[in-house]
Amino acid sequence: MAQRITRDEVVHVARLACLTLTEEEVDRFTQQLGAILLHAADIESLDVIGVEPTAHPLPLCNVMRADVVERSLNPDAVLAQAPEVRDGQFLVPPVLGDQP
Amino acid sequence: MSPPTEPKLPAGWDLVVGLEVHVELDTATKLFCGCINRFGAEPNTNVCPTCLGLPGSLPVINERAVELAMILGRALGCQVNRSVMARKNYFYPDMPKDFQTTQYDQPTNSDGQLVLPDGFVVGIERAHIEEDTGKSVHVGRSGRINQAVYSLIDYNRAGVPLVEIVSKPDIRTIDQARNFVDELRAILVVTGVSDARMEEGSLRIDANVSVRPEGLAELRTRCEIKNINSLRSLGRAIAYEANRQIDLYEDGSAPQQQTRHWDENTSRTTPGRSKEDADDYRYFQEPDLVPLVPSPATIAAIDETMPQLPVARRAALVAATGADSVAARILVERAQDALALEAVAAGAEPNKVLKRLVNDLAVDDWSNLDATALAELIKMESAGALSASQAKQVLADLVESGGTPQTYVKRRGFEVVDTSELKSLLEQLVGDNPSEWKRFCAGDQVERKKMQGFFTGQIMKATRGKADGKMVAELLNNAALVG
Amino acid sequence: MTAADIAAAVRSGERSALEVVNEHLGMIEAQDLKVHAFNLVNAENARAEAAQIDARVAAGEPVGPLAGVPLATKDNLCTKDLPTTCSSKMLENYHPPYDATVVSLLRAAGAVSLGKTNLDEFAMGSSTEHSAFGPTRNPHDLSRVPGGSSGGSAASVAAGFTPIAVGSDTGGSIRQPAAFCGVVGMKPTYGAVSRYGLIAFASSLDQVGPLASNVADAAAVFDVIAGHDRRDTTSIQGFIPAAQAALNLGVDGLRVGVLQELSGGGGSVPGLAVDVLARTREAAEVLAAAGARVEEVSVPSCTLGLSAYYIVAPAEASSNLARYDGVRYGARVDAPTASEMTTATRTAGFGAEVKRRIMLGTYALSAGYYEAFYGKALKVRTMMLNDFARVYKDFDVLLTPTAPTTAFELGTRMTDPLTMYVNDVCTIPSNLTGHPAISVPFGLGDDNLPVGVQVLAPATHDTQTFRVAAVLEAAAQEARL
Repeated sequence: MAQRITRDEVVHVARLACLTLTEEEVDRFTQQLGAILLHAADIESLDVIGVEPTAHPLPLCNVMRADVVERSLNPDAVLAQAPEVRDGQFLVPPVLGDQP
Repeated sequence: MSPPTEPKLPAGWDLVVGLEVHVELDTATKLFCGCINRFGAEPNTNVCPTCLGLPGSLPVINERAVELAMILGRALGCQVNRSVMARKNYFYPDMPKDFQTTQYDQPTNSDGQLVLPDGFVVGIERAHIEEDTGKSVHVGRSGRINQAVYSLIDYNRAGVPLVEIVSKPDIRTIDQARNFVDELRAILVVTGVSDARMEEGSLRIDANVSVRPEGLAELRTRCEIKNINSLRSLGRAIAYEANRQIDLYEDGSAPQQQTRHWDENTSRTTPGRSKEDADDYRYFQEPDLVPLVPSPATIAAIDETMPQLPVARRAALVAATGADSVAARILVERAQDALALEAVAAGAEPNKVLKRLVNDLAVDDWSNLDATALAELIKMESAGALSASQAKQVLADLVESGGTPQTYVKRRGFEVVDTSELKSLLEQLVGDNPSEWKRFCAGDQVERKKMQGFFTGQIMKATRGKADGKMVAELLNNAALVG
Repeated sequence: MTAADIAAAVRSGERSALEVVNEHLGMIEAQDLKVHAFNLVNAENARAEAAQIDARVAAGEPVGPLAGVPLATKDNLCTKDLPTTCSSKMLENYHPPYDATVVSLLRAAGAVSLGKTNLDEFAMGSSTEHSAFGPTRNPHDLSRVPGGSSGGSAASVAAGFTPIAVGSDTGGSIRQPAAFCGVVGMKPTYGAVSRYGLIAFASSLDQVGPLASNVADAAAVFDVIAGHDRRDTTSIQGFIPAAQAALNLGVDGLRVGVLQELSGGGGSVPGLAVDVLARTREAAEVLAAAGARVEEVSVPSCTLGLSAYYIVAPAEASSNLARYDGVRYGARVDAPTASEMTTATRTAGFGAEVKRRIMLGTYALSAGYYEAFYGKALKVRTMMLNDFARVYKDFDVLLTPTAPTTAFELGTRMTDPLTMYVNDVCTIPSNLTGHPAISVPFGLGDDNLPVGVQVLAPATHDTQTFRVAAVLEAAAQEARL
């Protein structure tokens, strides 16, 4: 059986997930994720032609709320949990990249 | 308001533009929570666990936002579909959940069109519902993003409902691009979907720009231009970008597909600093929300209550008043077309109505002015009872305080001296100045003109300028004929 | 004392709520150093709430059905102004500004939460060993795990710290620890109980449910916490719980299917222990003897559940856990730029199992793999729903073991994640289909540790699971006597 996931893919996925992995972790995850994906081969190879996906266990639709104002949080409560605050705003190190 | 002149592309190249327009919906609350949807509040005052993405919070979609999105969809001739919300996953500090709740492969609206005032048709690929992000300010030496020392984030805007309208790449000129946005704004305002104010960021434009050799049908590599914040910038940004791409091709190179930023100060587009792999958004259906399935009855009700759209309103105005396309566009944009139509129906002269409104009614609030009063005013002007400048002043009075034009004509002392009064005044003047009268009656063209001036001046002096000059001339001529 | 006894005594004034609470706080103080069921014991608040209930009793005012009953709350349910950590360094000092709906409902019913219980970090695990604050131990044998992820809640009930507890169940996280600890644990129909304020692991699978020392107490908690909540879009409108009313109905005439694929048929459950299988067969016999019509039944797609689950749950988790970015709350590790700060924070704040699942889920959703894994897994859910719907035409409930084995020893399954994941094979199908399921203690294994059997029912038939569990419980108690 071919390798299910390569080291490079593990590194790429870690970058997408905003995680830094040590070399040792890259090795370990490559092996472990490979084993899990190998197990998932039973569904990968499944014939599912004509089967609709189920994203949600209950057949609900059109659950909405009225456009009515509710009370927002107290500004002190909003900022109380923040690691760093200035002028009523959340302070972070400089944001460099653009929003996609 | 003359349109900016079209920047020119070098000969031999065609422009291909598709627009993505983000529009904030005019709801009372945000898309997924009951926080107020309002521009300009103190930072982080309109936030709650849901729009801050606090652990354990859940979204519940705003039915008015969904309705407005469907109204816009129908106004653009779209199909309104069964739709689902999806998560677009990427990390960005402005985005409280580090995913944006949007629509992906099952948008609410698809396959519509927008007809520009000149009849050109731009296809609409989709118009989908999504949430807005918060806003960060970059604090540093220059205030520019790349030199920031730290950034401050305000989440008041996070979760504000948006519709993103994606056009097909059908736009071929800069004028068409601007007209597309103009027309879309008119539709948004007429339908009440959005106030569409670019200056407050409630309407934002990204432009997908590519070029190709004239006559070819292929679509070449495009660049997405962001940060366009006015119609003027839209034209300049497209022109700059098209020329940049043409230069690359002519140098034997080619543009790369990328996001670029329009910089208003330097009038250039620069490549965005987006992260490597950031375009793998890992979309999947939002499991905290359920599908939106509009019934045929819901869509029928939207169609039935759809207000008349700008294209139809312009046509109606042209048909009833003979307005030219510029006037029609302006009056519909200002929503003064109904006023014009009513005034004309009440017997006012169409030309004068259009002229008065287009030139003198560029105001935000004219709710004091009713069509009957406007018609009266125009009739007085047509009858010569008011001069153009007097009519303009009375119109301003009506806009300011309402009521009938007569009130202001009197208050400002604009009443015209009537014909019989003028006649007796003239008789007296002829009697008092027999030689001048003789010179008027018997003189040559020059002499006659001179004496007409003399008599008119005397009359104006006696009436303190209230006499209608035209009428005075008529009376003089008639009297001369009689002898 | 059961929860029902306590509530009756408090309501009648026979015992004060404060006395009850103090007694249980005392037990926790004396024994929880060994068990580590609790991340936080909140004695002061608990005493204040108990005193309030006593004041209401004294004033002749109505008190709720759980008046004065000590409760343990899993530490992934938000409690206003009290730490809610998910047993993660990421949220070590996080104090939510609001209460979960379930927390408010239980308080309104008179239950007194004594504290927040330990769990596998962000509820990802089956042993409570993946807690950033150290493992919980099984009160029946301190060398064994209590199961997970609601191991702290199950251990609290098993140790007698609290007669009732609430947990969350994404792939078996209430039922498997209930089985390991010899208590009752129930996962309601998806949408029966509000998820508002439950810190999400996998949104389409997560449900809050009760744990208790007996079926009647679990039913009492269920009847309090179930019902529609307008703040949860996926909450079932018009769901009215009535579990307590069904406890004495018996099973005469009920159609019970023993689910072959999860009960040893053809060795389809790897590592299914002989003693566990034997108890399941005995449970089937008990039901038959009580008048139920018992037959073997096959749900073929059940065997695909494990693979589908370990795609769907990590995929949703990878997105749900993106928000822990060091910006608005929780831990932060400083770095020169915002993006580096987020990466540093996440790298330091998440434990190995959470990272593993985030990686797995990110991979399963990423370009090029979505269809092969996530898309397929969603179709497996459809197949399972169809298979169960077919079976439920002929059966009212299904019977399976809750877990393949009794509680295992600490540290024995930490190196190979797959052997840990296989533990969930019997509980996962109910999460993928959204159906209700209960685990009820039924005898002991060869190692004298508790065995649980599981009763499954179709969506919204939660009451049936309690009804059948009550019969099994009575038989198990009788056998012990």
